[in-house]
Amino acid sequence: MTLLSITSIDVHYGDFQAIYSLDLHVDEGETLAVIGANGAGKSTLLKTIAGLLRPTSGDIVFDGLNISATPPYRRVPLGIALTPEGRKIFPSLTVEENLKVGAHVKRPGPWTLAAIYDAFPLVADRRHRLGVNLSGGEQQATAIARALMSNPRLLLLDEVSLGLAPVVVEQIYDTLPAITGQGTTVLIVEQDVNLAMKFADRVQCLLEGKSVLEGVPADLTRDQIATAYFGI
Amino acid sequence: MQWLNAVIQGILLGGLYALLAAGLSLMFGVMRIVNLAHGVLAIVAAYIGFVFVNNLGVPWYLAIIIVIPIMAVVGYALQWGLFNRALTKGGLAPLLVAFGLAVVLTQLLQEIFTADNRRIDTGTLATDSIQVTDTIYLGLLPVMTFVVAVLVIAGLQLFLNHTPLGRAMRAASDDPDTVKLMGIDNRQVYALSTALALATVGLAGLFIGMKTQFSPTYGDLVLIFAFEAVIIGGLGSLWGTLAGGMVLGIAQAVGAQINPSYGLLIGNLVFLAILAFRPQGLFPKAVTT
Amino acid sequence: MSIATGENAPTGVKVKRATRSSWAGLVVLVPILVFLAMAPYVLDRGLQQQLVTLFALIVMATMWNLLAGYGGMVSVGQQAYIGIGAYGLIYLAETLGINPFISVPIAIVIAGLISIPISFLAFRLVGGYFAIGTWVIAEVVKQITMQIDALGAGSGLSLTVLNELSPGRRIAYVYWLGLIAVVLAVGVTYFIMRSRLGLGFTAIRDDATAASSLGVRVTRSRRIVFVVSAVGCALAGAVIAMNTLRITPESIYSVNLAAFMIFMVIIGGLGTIEGPIVGAIVFFALQQWLSELGTWYLVIIGVLAIVITLFLPRGIWGLISGNGKIRLFPVGYRVVSPWTARRGLGEKEPEGA
Repeated sequence: MTLLSITSIDVHYGDFQAIYSLDLHVDEGETLAVIGANGAGKSTLLKTIAGLLRPTSGDIVFDGLNISATPPYRRVPLGIALTPEGRKIFPSLTVEENLKVGAHVKRPGPWTLAAIYDAFPLVADRRHRLGVNLSGGEQQATAIARALMSNPRLLLLDEVSLGLAPVVVEQIYDTLPAITGQGTTVLIVEQDVNLAMKFADRVQCLLEGKSVLEGVPADLTRDQIATAYFGI
Repeated sequence: MQWLNAVIQGILLGGLYALLAAGLSLMFGVMRIVNLAHGVLAIVAAYIGFVFVNNLGVPWYLAIIIVIPIMAVVGYALQWGLFNRALTKGGLAPLLVAFGLAVVLTQLLQEIFTADNRRIDTGTLATDSIQVTDTIYLGLLPVMTFVVAVLVIAGLQLFLNHTPLGRAMRAASDDPDTVKLMGIDNRQVYALSTALALATVGLAGLFIGMKTQFSPTYGDLVLIFAFEAVIIGGLGSLWGTLAGGMVLGIAQAVGAQINPSYGLLIGNLVFLAILAFRPQGLFPKAVTT
Repeated sequence: MSIATGENAPTGVKVKRATRSSWAGLVVLVPILVFLAMAPYVLDRGLQQQLVTLFALIVMATMWNLLAGYGGMVSVGQQAYIGIGAYGLIYLAETLGINPFISVPIAIVIAGLISIPISFLAFRLVGGYFAIGTWVIAEVVKQITMQIDALGAGSGLSLTVLNELSPGRRIAYVYWLGLIAVVLAVGVTYFIMRSRLGLGFTAIRDDATAASSLGVRVTRSRRIVFVVSAVGCALAGAVIAMNTLRITPESIYSVNLAAFMIFMVIIGGLGTIEGPIVGAIVFFALQQWLSELGTWYLVIIGVLAIVITLFLPRGIWGLISGNGKIRLFPVGYRVVSPWTARRGLGEKEPEGA
């Protein structure tokens, strides 16, 4: 069953067009990785799905509901949560307070404070620390945990690996099965193609705001991906 | 003994100033709006209280219960009607809108109530006092005001730290875009913050109206006192503001003891001295972000 | 802010300041000035005195705009300098016996000197708190004035030495002083904005952090403008004192004067030279027109200012000029690229900034 279906959206920043007539869908329970070079429009895509940006044309349908014009704060109760680029942890709040803000809409589901602390020992350890005092990896783990607190049906993860040490990235990706194991659908944006191929059920590659390749990792060759990624 | 008395009166006065300042700090903390209409809004509350008590014969304690929700609704409406719009314009717009509002409200009060001095009638409350020693009497109303102010500040602090809405306000202050990703409409959080701020300023305005003679332009002084308490105490800490209010109150009371016309001047000079020599305030917030 | 001018400009690209409309502006402005200068020979005294009021308003609006529109500093305390200028003039002329027209430049220099230490205090605050801080400082100046017996304490001062002149002469001289004040205020603002300082302000307005990292001395630039604005406001104060011949601390230090300045600039258009002048004229006209309504006029003007802030942020001048296409006072630079110039479009292109 299709959870999210995007049909031919255009997205602009003022005069600049970032996404051109893009089609994309995510099935319930699957993990889709969107890959692409810098400036391919990946983060723009996630912001548009979360509602921070509005498409200038085209439709976004979530669970049968057209949400193209729904403001971001109304999409969270529907079950969409974004871990934003740059993590955006609230600096003057503690880790635990950040998590509680994440649970603001009180969507019922498996993720409670206790469940989060169970699944993310790193976050549990730092629960009383202020956001401003967290390391990059701690911020990223907190950001994912905070998004999970709204018990989303669709979790959007933006550039999880960006700026983190490989060992930390591995730790964070290791929690992914625990998330998908709860039935959560995940749309992940990743620059690291190997990570994306390893963890995703399906990948879609963007190039300069357009979709250029889509398929199951096992079916795609490295050459196909390199061509789609770099446009050569 | 007169001097000790002046200091004690000043401390009690400080509670009122801190109560006035709490709403100013709250709006600045959450939205970075410096509400220049803060003072006149306190006086608006005083006039509403005046109408209920002096004209309609409602007892003063009932007037408090009536006026606080009225001011909260006014705050909610002002935020949606003016400030949320001004915030989207950015730049100087929120400040200029607040200033325009201050002038308009002051003039409207002049038109409706004239420039005459008024006072909310509280019967014997204004003159009742508690005798502490042979020479020191504490006015019942100032003591009551001080106690209420401390309770309100403590309540605000607990509210901000331990309730979902309080957390949402602090989160919106940190990052208004990211709270939207938590399912929170930051504009609604702003409106509730302003409602809360005006509820506290309404309470403070009623105490002013019961304590002293007020007229439409008294709001100018109220804004200045609230601002001075905030800066003396150090930005961002409600308890610091209480201390700041007390320092200001003591300076004014002691100044007035030297010469009745020096009260305000000495209060202002103490403020300027602190601005010059300790601009971070007496009790700056330990953690800054 | 690297703008190629003159010899080092890339071939074919011209940088121009004046537009066709600004030359047209000169053609309009000069006769208006000549006419205004002749007014004492033509207009009756009452009208001249009213025009002096308008001149003082224009000076005040121009000075407030210099602070807020260019320097980004919203002051609610410029009445401090209006008062210092007015009190200074009367004290120098009455008590020290200096010719009042010589007292004016002395008084405004004193106001400028006083504003320097004040700037160090006020600059510790930013944004809205700067606004209230300047207001407190103005209150302190008023309260100190009221403690000084030589300045008439709470009851104020009168200017009597001008009565040695015949009323016709007195009013004409004050009128010319007011006109000179307008020309000076607008002219100084114009030259500041065309100078390096002005360019620096454009940079600060766009991005203060970047500007300071590129060597624009933000605080120093702001201080210069703060002092110039104080001097200009003192000049307005001196003109007001000469026009009304009597001042009281409550009126000359009134925060309503700050409200007038702010409303004039918002209504006319923040951040342009023309805006405050237009705003002052509109404000003056509304004041006259609504005078029977008592204080309602300030309610109406205040509401107008709020509406304009929210819905017409460039003010009336922004509306008239089509958002900057018409300029009587060209303070920016306009890059005329060779191809648009060749097509003859250079003059009509709106400024990119």
